[in-house]
This record gives sequence, structure tokens and C-alpha cells, in this order.
Amino acid sequence: MVEKTPLLDLFTYAFLMLGIFIVGFPILYSLIAATLPLEEVSKIPMPLIPGDQFFVNMKEAWTRGNLGTQIMNSFIMASGITLGKIAVSMIGAFSIVYFDYKFRVIAFASVFCTLMLPVEVRILPTYEMAANVLSPLQAFWDFMHLNALVTWISGNDFELALNWSLLDSYTGLILPLVASATCTFLFRQFFLTVPEELCEAAKIDGASPMTFFRKILFPLSKTNIAALVVIEFVYGYNQYLWPLLVTTNPKMTTAVIGLQNLIPQADDLPEWNIALGAAVLVMLPPVLVVLFMQRWFVKGLIEKEK
Amino acid sequence: MPDVFLIYGSTMIKRSFFTSRYLPYLLILPQIVITLTFFYWPAVKGIIQSFLLSDPFGRRSTFVWFYNYAELFTDPLYLKSIFITIVFSIAVASVSISLGLFIASMANRALRAKAVVRTLLIWPYAVAPAISGIMWLFLLHPSYGIVALGVKKWLGVNWNPVMYGNDAMIMIVIASAWKQISYNFVFFMAGLQAVPKSLIEAAAIDGASPFKRFWFITFPLLSPTFFFLTVMNIIYSFFETFGIIHTVTQGGPGGSTNILVYKVYQDGFVGLNLGSSAAQSVVLMTLIILITFLQFKFVEKKVQYGG
Repeated sequence: MVEKTPLLDLFTYAFLMLGIFIVGFPILYSLIAATLPLEEVSKIPMPLIPGDQFFVNMKEAWTRGNLGTQIMNSFIMASGITLGKIAVSMIGAFSIVYFDYKFRVIAFASVFCTLMLPVEVRILPTYEMAANVLSPLQAFWDFMHLNALVTWISGNDFELALNWSLLDSYTGLILPLVASATCTFLFRQFFLTVPEELCEAAKIDGASPMTFFRKILFPLSKTNIAALVVIEFVYGYNQYLWPLLVTTNPKMTTAVIGLQNLIPQADDLPEWNIALGAAVLVMLPPVLVVLFMQRWFVKGLIEKEK
Repeated sequence: MPDVFLIYGSTMIKRSFFTSRYLPYLLILPQIVITLTFFYWPAVKGIIQSFLLSDPFGRRSTFVWFYNYAELFTDPLYLKSIFITIVFSIAVASVSISLGLFIASMANRALRAKAVVRTLLIWPYAVAPAISGIMWLFLLHPSYGIVALGVKKWLGVNWNPVMYGNDAMIMIVIASAWKQISYNFVFFMAGLQAVPKSLIEAAAIDGASPFKRFWFITFPLLSPTFFFLTVMNIIYSFFETFGIIHTVTQGGPGGSTNILVYKVYQDGFVGLNLGSSAAQSVVLMTLIILITFLQFKFVEKKVQYGG
């Protein structure tokens, strides 16, 4: 600080502690609840001294919530989205920045405009799309009356029904979320700052575009990729609406959605120790990713959004 | 993303680029295919659907112009939902932004423990909104919640978010705002560290107290961050809080937490009222397009400073 203000410093640290306490309290309290037996957790107020039932509760939560399967599903979904997003937007940005072609601007604009179409504003039609990915082709086929045409040509009754459903599959969970305007932006911004000379030199040495991408651009992008891995993993793991729509099979449900079944309702036993134990377990993977990759995460978050 | 308008100018390209007939198309293809199939086609279908009236059983639908929209804006439930959404998003944005700013400015003063403080404050970013909802449901639960107990005892309020709409609203505001504090904290921290030290020192030499320095120097310099976060928090409370609502209140009690996004889901996916749900989607789409343009316009012009 500029001058010495002992009183203000005292307040600063006091309020800071209070802030950290407010932020940390829900999780701390949930952790304590997860260590208590049922009769303790339903006491009013619940005791604040941790009990010894942590592993018992965790085991119960694990089997009752089918957390093994669900966390695995979430993990596969989050990794798929992360890898897919980064790969798709990186080569997309490479195409936009390093090539000059007719539809370059249109391609970029169309990717940019997806910012304005989050899944929440197109719930039903996107679901219908996932239920049959080939429906646009079918619509085109019907629109052109091609059934009649084929019937007329071949002389037999002909009807084409195209159907490819993504419901209850990992593809369905991952693929629709893989397009990303923000990631494409970030890579585009970064590629534009890469010195021109690198590309010149690569061209003089006779490197093909893909060699340049693999040997020069990709290694240079490592920090950006690390930052996006954190952000997109958290994003993918915590998805709610989309997995809720595309999965009906309990074996395909993701962990965050599955938790709802563990919340005690009015007539149930108040087994909050189980519910909160499961909640703590489920939130662990993304929290660990953020904590361990904090440096890249903070840098990436700020660059991505600006 | 301040240079977004350059996409229209199309000047942003490397001076040295590659030439290849098929490769650039091949590289952009996955992105285009996914956006067309999962973004544009559904969006267009939704817009068309919003002008149609389908009977609940068959596949027949008739073109009805703006009937669905007219129905929507005369439906008291929908108007209530709009009102609820506005109240909810303003409450979430103001609570989480002010707490984020407060904690960040405190943390910025605490010179010694910055890294530790950041670690302690950053992790709720990774907690799913739905999980935040579950934890706060327990804390504010009318029979078991410790916070609820305190409220009842000391404020003398008959707190019950399971029964009363207002209490339920307060509960989801707290759960949504709590999760967003760390996001705001990260951005305010970055903004605060970008404030030039020389300015603060100069003001201190002129005799400005720490509070005055904050109010007259730091705060105005934070205005771009402030504006950006307002937009992001409003978008968050409009869309990403779906998980909280679905896990904790399901729009209840009595529709008191039925925000617009949840109503689209309820009417369309659960109630199968296709036309109305599509019209609601289009309203939301218009809204987010408006917000996006507003954001770029303001980020470009109003709130900027040199250095």
C-alpha cells in the first residue's frame, strides 16, 4: 500500500476472511454433513463437529446414486467436448487466418453468430435434430418429391426413410456442443499475433500447410490449449440442459443431473448426508482441474472473454 | 472481442498465406457442418414452428401468422414469468457483482496473501449450478437448514422456501449468485491489477484517502470490467441457472421461480405445446441477439480508457 493504514488493513483482512468464509461455508458445511450419521444430520441444528461416517456415507452415495457410471459418463462427455472443441476450432481458425478463399468471411461470420444461439433458445428443434440427424436430408428428399420420381423411374413403389438417432449416446452428448465461437475467436486472435516471418520461412523451406500447422503453430499454441482445456472441461462437465434432453436411459445420465434423485423429498428419510456426500464427490473432478491448473485457467478465462 | 466488427471488413488475414484449392474448405468443414446441423437448422425450424399451430395428436399444423405470439403476450403466466426473470437476473447480477468487487478490492489490498486468497476464492467457478442449488437448499431448508434456522430465530421470519414463492426466489438468487462470485472476482482482480500504480500514488501524495482513491480513480477505471460483467451475469442468470431451477424448485412453488428458460422447457418438452414453446424460444433468441449487439456497441464506444 501507499501509506500505512493499520486500522484499514485490519478491516481489510477481517472482511477478506468473512468473504472467504461466505464462499467456503456451503462446501464446508456439506463436507461436515457428509461425515455424520442420519440421526446427527437431521438434528436441529446439525452439529458442526465432523463425525466418523464419511466412508459409510460415500459408499452408500456411490451405490445408490450409481455414481461410478454417471461420473464416468460426465467425464467422457467433458473430455469429448474439450477435445472436440479445441480440435475443431483450432483447424477452423487456421483455415480462416492462413488461407485466402471466397467464403472465408462468411464462414467466420456464421461461426461467430452461433454466440447468439445457445441451446437454451432452441431446445425442441435441437432435440428433434438429435433424434434424427438425417432429417434435413429427409426434408430435402420429400421437398423434391424424389419418392415419386424414383417410383416413376423404377416402376416399383419406393419410399425413403432416413433415420440416425443420437439420443442416449455419447455422440449425442458431445457432438452438438463441439462447435464454439469463442474458441475459434481465441485461436484466431492468437494466430494473428504469430509473426509473419514464421510462415514465410516455412514456405521457403517448402513446408506444406499441414506441416507448418503441426510443427510450428501447434507447439506455439500450447498455453492457449492448456487454458481452454480447463475452461471447456468445466463447461462440459457441468452441462445440464442438453444431457437432460438427450438422455433418458439412466445408464447414460450424467452425474450432475443424477444428483437430483438423491435429494430427500418431503416424505423421504432426510438423508442429506448421502445427498451432500454425493454432491461433494460429483463436484470434485472439475474443482481439482481448476485448482491444479489455476495459472492457465485465470489467464485463459480473461483472454477468452475479452 | 472488440475487433468483432472487422469480420465485415475482412481485412484480417496474414500477409503471407498458403494457397490450396481444397484444404481451407476441408479444415473449416467440421465447424460449418456442426453449426448448420445443430445451430442454424434448429433455429430456422424453431422460427417456422412459431408461426404454426399443431394439433396435439396428429402431425397436422396450420399457418397462423402471429397467433402464438399474441397468445403469449396476453398470457398472464408468461407475463409473470418475464417479471420473475427480470427480478431474478437483476438480483443475481447485483449481489454477485458487488460481492465479487468487494472481495477483489479487499484481496487487492492484502499484499501478502494474494495467491492463497485467490486459490481459496476461485474454485466455486468449477461447481455446477445444480450442485450449488443442492447445497443451498440444505442450508436454507425449512426444517434442517442452519441458515434458515438463524433467519427464523433472529429475524422472526416464517421462512419456508418450499411453501412460499418469495422465499424460494431468495433461495435461488443466493444459490445462483454464490456460484458466480468467483467468476466476477477473477475479472475484478485482473481489472484492479491493471490500474496504474502511479495514479494511485499521485492521488495519495495529493492527500486523497484510500476510500476517495477507490471511488474516484479505481472505480471509474473498472467501468469496462463492470459493464462486461453485468452483461455476462445477466446472460448467466437467464440461461445457465436452468440447472438450479430444475434441481431445486422446478419452477415452483406456484410458478414463483418459473424463469423464461425453464418455461420454454416446461411448455415445450414436458407440456408439448409446440407452437407456444417455439414462440417463446424466438423471444429469447431476439433478446440474446439484442444483448450481444448492445455489448459490442458499448464495449466499442462508451466505456473505454487509454493506457
